[in-house]
Amino acid sequence: MVSLSDYLILSAIIFCIGLVGIFVNRTNIITLLMCVELILVAVNTNFIAFSHFLGNEAGQIFVFFILTVAAAEVAIGLAILTLLFRNKGSINVDVTNSLKG
Amino acid sequence: MSFDQILFYVFSFWFIAASLAMIFSRNAAKAVLFLILAFFSAASIWILLEAEFLAITLILVYVGAVMVLFLFVIKMLNIDKSSLRAKFASYLPLGLIVAAIIAAEMALVLGNNQFGLEMMAAPARHAADYSNITVLALQLYTDYVYPFELAAVLLLIAIIAAITLVHRNEGNRKTQNIAEQVSVKAKDRVYLVSITTPNKEGK
Repeated sequence: MVSLSDYLILSAIIFCIGLVGIFVNRTNIITLLMCVELILVAVNTNFIAFSHFLGNEAGQIFVFFILTVAAAEVAIGLAILTLLFRNKGSINVDVTNSLKG
Repeated sequence: MSFDQILFYVFSFWFIAASLAMIFSRNAAKAVLFLILAFFSAASIWILLEAEFLAITLILVYVGAVMVLFLFVIKMLNIDKSSLRAKFASYLPLGLIVAAIIAAEMALVLGNNQFGLEMMAAPARHAADYSNITVLALQLYTDYVYPFELAAVLLLIAIIAAITLVHRNEGNRKTQNIAEQVSVKAKDRVYLVSITTPNKEGK
């Protein structure tokens, strides 16, 4: 049988891969958003694993809400990205320093 | 090794491989496709954990809507690839060190000594007539109905915000002129004309 620690370590590995992705792709906002999605999926896997092993469905309900919020976040994030590209002509993080004093 | 374990390791392998390919791929469109593979593997693992509804939701909502939105934006923006990868390697060692430390710490905390099968036995599989959707719906529409409504309002706000952000050419926008609406008189809107109706004989 697969133990709970296997699932938890799997999601920890995915979380770390998402983190490395943020470090590596720190100039590209689209890939940054995708890495955030990867981290969210890792967290959701944690919730579902605990929900399964503890026999409590509240974890799955929580995942449902996380998916909702993440979908809203992506929609607004990509809208901001489109706006940024329209105004700056690039989505490189380095061009978004207008607020720098 | 049981069949469950074989499935778990196969799905985990593809999950991790697709995630690594996603973060190291130079092309954003390819990265989206790898992320789709990662989401499919994640959904498979969720099905192993008997969360069928969420697994299907992940595929329908994420692969079907969110990833297509990503692809749409990537194709629409026509990004210059060379400028985005200029500093590719500079932060890689630091990121690898941080991630390795986090992974090692988590493996220590989440290892077999704390969450192994001896500490937390695997629950028995549900019967064939068990419905994950029914169980979730019973919770969602009773105990969690208020957060559910709030999530709906949140999605509405997201729709309005996204449309407001990217909408342009204000000249075509349909708006209300409140002063004009308040100061309108009845005779401006309705005027009566007297017409002669013919009687039955047509005279």
